[in-house]
Amino acid sequence: MSALYELTLAEVSLALAQRRVSASEVLDAQVARLGAVEPRVQAFLRIDEAGARAAATASDARRSAGQSLGPLDGVPVALKDNLLTRGVETTAGSRILSGYVPPNDATVTTRLKQAGAVILGKTNLDEFAMGSSTESCPFHLTQNPYALDRVPGGSSGGSAAAVAAREVFGALGSDTGGSIRQPAALTNVVGLKPTWGRVSRSGVIAYASSLDQVGPFGRTVTDVALQLKVIAGHDPADSTSSDAPVPDYAAGLTGSVKGLRIGLPREYEVAGMDPHVLASVKAAAKTLQGLGATLVELSLPHTGAALAAYYLIASSEASSNLGRYDGVRFGHRAEGVKTLRELYVKSRSEGFGEEVKRRIMLGTFALSAGYHDAYSVKAQQVRTLIRRDFEQAFGVCDVVLSATSPVPAWKQGEKLDDPLALYLMDVLTIPCNLAGLPGVSVPMAPTSAGLPTGLQVLGRPFDEQTVLNVAHAWERETSYFRRAPEL
Amino acid sequence: MPRADFQVVVGLEVHAQLLTRAKLFSSASTDFGQAPNTQTTPVCLGMPGALPVLNEKVVELAIRTGLALGCTVNQRSEWSRKHYFYPDSPKAYQITQWDFPICEWGEVSFEVDGRLKRARLRRIHIEEDAGKSVHDAADGLTLIDLNRAGTPLLELVSEPDLRSADEAIEYLKALREILVAIGVNDGNLEEGSFRCDANVSVMRHGSTTLGTRCELKNLNSFRFIKQAIEIEAERHVELIERGGVVEQQTRLFDPDRGETRAMRSKEDAHDYRYFPEPDLPPLLVSAETIEAVRRSLPELPRAKRQRYVEQLKLPPYDAQVLTADARLARLFDACVLQFPDAKKVSNWFQGELSRLLNSSGRGADQVKFTPAQFGALLRAVDDGTISNSTAKDVFAQVFETGKDPLAIVAEQGLAQSTDLGELERVVDEVLAANQKNVLGYRGGNLKLLGFFVGQVMKAMKGKGNPNPKTVNELLVKKLG
Repeated sequence: MSALYELTLAEVSLALAQRRVSASEVLDAQVARLGAVEPRVQAFLRIDEAGARAAATASDARRSAGQSLGPLDGVPVALKDNLLTRGVETTAGSRILSGYVPPNDATVTTRLKQAGAVILGKTNLDEFAMGSSTESCPFHLTQNPYALDRVPGGSSGGSAAAVAAREVFGALGSDTGGSIRQPAALTNVVGLKPTWGRVSRSGVIAYASSLDQVGPFGRTVTDVALQLKVIAGHDPADSTSSDAPVPDYAAGLTGSVKGLRIGLPREYEVAGMDPHVLASVKAAAKTLQGLGATLVELSLPHTGAALAAYYLIASSEASSNLGRYDGVRFGHRAEGVKTLRELYVKSRSEGFGEEVKRRIMLGTFALSAGYHDAYSVKAQQVRTLIRRDFEQAFGVCDVVLSATSPVPAWKQGEKLDDPLALYLMDVLTIPCNLAGLPGVSVPMAPTSAGLPTGLQVLGRPFDEQTVLNVAHAWERETSYFRRAPEL
Repeated sequence: MPRADFQVVVGLEVHAQLLTRAKLFSSASTDFGQAPNTQTTPVCLGMPGALPVLNEKVVELAIRTGLALGCTVNQRSEWSRKHYFYPDSPKAYQITQWDFPICEWGEVSFEVDGRLKRARLRRIHIEEDAGKSVHDAADGLTLIDLNRAGTPLLELVSEPDLRSADEAIEYLKALREILVAIGVNDGNLEEGSFRCDANVSVMRHGSTTLGTRCELKNLNSFRFIKQAIEIEAERHVELIERGGVVEQQTRLFDPDRGETRAMRSKEDAHDYRYFPEPDLPPLLVSAETIEAVRRSLPELPRAKRQRYVEQLKLPPYDAQVLTADARLARLFDACVLQFPDAKKVSNWFQGELSRLLNSSGRGADQVKFTPAQFGALLRAVDDGTISNSTAKDVFAQVFETGKDPLAIVAEQGLAQSTDLGELERVVDEVLAANQKNVLGYRGGNLKLLGFFVGQVMKAMKGKGNPNPKTVNELLVKKLG
């Protein structure tokens, strides 16, 4: 039998259900794995071994009594550190929240706990989820498990790396412009951004509320489906969460794409795209065609304006959402200030990092009187056009297929001084957020240098099932997900 | 007197706290007077990850208000964020309604010098209240109390249709009366649950162009509002007369010095950076909901007064007194159903009932008697069973105990005698014993009738309770 940590979530879940292994033994294995690889990967900001131990013990007690809370019962997972955990420090990767211990759990945290999951710790991220490389954070960098001198992507780089490094069997991240799918692509794991409104945002430290959505990482599509089932569904604490019924996503994975129409948008072949990535997407389309799908070439004509609209909308909402970090009630508070203004200016100047400040300023500017129409209103108009592009596309196809990231993982520090180059990394993932659609990234052929790449599948609102199903068929056909990092 | 050349123009923004138990977007209590920061949840405190969840009761009260003021109730309205940094604004933005308010275009009618006037209401929107900063609580510290943060408010914005401080006051009184009558607000200016900002400008008589306005704040009584508007208008007139120009400003009224002071000018006005609130879906209200609220609306004070005068034929003064308190008016309506002579009921309400309510400290909704008992009592007076003065004594007991008035009359033997034989004998005796006065009466001193009535009543003591009306009639007949 292979080492416990090598199992997928579904496999370890089965082992637990059959009582071939206890939750405590699984936790022991993962703690040992952490000891072996975490110093090099640094996926976590905080490991809550005591909390995890208690959860594992409780899970074992349930199993002994012949009870189970479902497939996640006793399974170690990790949470991005912008998801509230009661009694466990939650920082959103920012100095301004250093030492902040929330009084309550995020709804997704509660649901994982109610499903018996063992929360092993909080993972690293770009500060307030603003970034594509998990480099814009004040604490430490996270390394790509497949190439330790490279970035794991971002902003949910810690959760992606933790799953890729086999430290946990699943993890949650958040995706505002690609922050789940892009790191999944760069670390050879599966990452799903659900439809906006599918998963509660209550207890998610907001970056851009109209775009933020929590979603799962896993080694396989099934692993992601099992987690989605637990966290999805209406939440009275989030008025924008949908009450659409939550299907059993894992049971709905048929493995068949027969008769499915796959859209290939010509605008998603962007300049500067890695030739291997481009060729791999084309090959993937052919593979799916071979499995019985129909290919439809189509146009999403307003794609070119998406990036600009995204940075205006996301930054505007960020400038608003981050106003509450003022040093008055919680978080970092500057010392030795004499006036209210000084308290605000100094607390925020000390607490926020460069990228966060850049976006607060950009957003404040875009919302200001005199610029509001030229920027904010225009950006909303672009957003409407992008949504319509997809509505039209889904008239002729069932899913849209593309690369997740135009390039594989880059070297740490390589793009740090060039925010615009970093922003361009999100060009293929952003339109999906603007339109509120579900999207998944699933492992694709590695480059000759062995760097992972990702295939992105986008679907209709609340049609996570079809998106996962296409990814699942691809995964079964290709098995890139079996590849493991050499750590 | 240059003042006479100018016309004062006033528009009012009223903030009315809604009478709900929970806050606008959180389950925290709206109770006042509790220990600081105890009436809060993570939503009120602006904690990371906390999301607003709308209290539906607020929507109902807003619709109620809109309908009572003749507004259009929008079936779709939207929430916006209004940004400003201040410690008592925990999220650094206020959730309000901006481009799409819940109600638009109604009116408030009011009386000034006996004339009916109207002012248009441009909009009513829902928003959350801020917390409180307590300055210099100790050692020059400012402390923050967020108990009030998130309390639901209605902002009611008038058009600049008011033409004097008196009109502004009457507008406010009429608006407050309606809000209290429909149960959405307690109307308390001193405690700040009914607050007002006034936009004041002046223009020359006959002009159609409004002057530059100044917004006055810190107006927490009708007296201060009137003073502030008059003082501010005077300031504008003087400025213009001296060849100056009024600057658009927000100004603070200082009641101690009797002046207004500039707080900020237009240039440094806040840029609130409004944008649609992404944490809340648009507010949708069905036509059925609006109709249900409309059906639940009580008769408004103005309509009630009109009905009292036109249908019940009450003097305007009576109508005013009876409708000043919605509870009193409700009781009055119920009693008139039992005893249709509205003027008689009104007299009792203004006399005995009002005296008893005052001395007992009870409200008209807390009386122990039923409208049916009240009706029975008045009928007993009307048909001569008891005298008016007896009825007052009986009513005092009914008020105190809730006992049936006719039972009291029977138990205490208070019914008036109708034994005419006995009465006639006593009358004859009295006339025989007072021949001098009989002559005086017949000689033209009609006032002596009262003397005879008194004598008869005295002599009848213990022999039943004659109806004074009957005694009168008998005496007049015998003396005539």
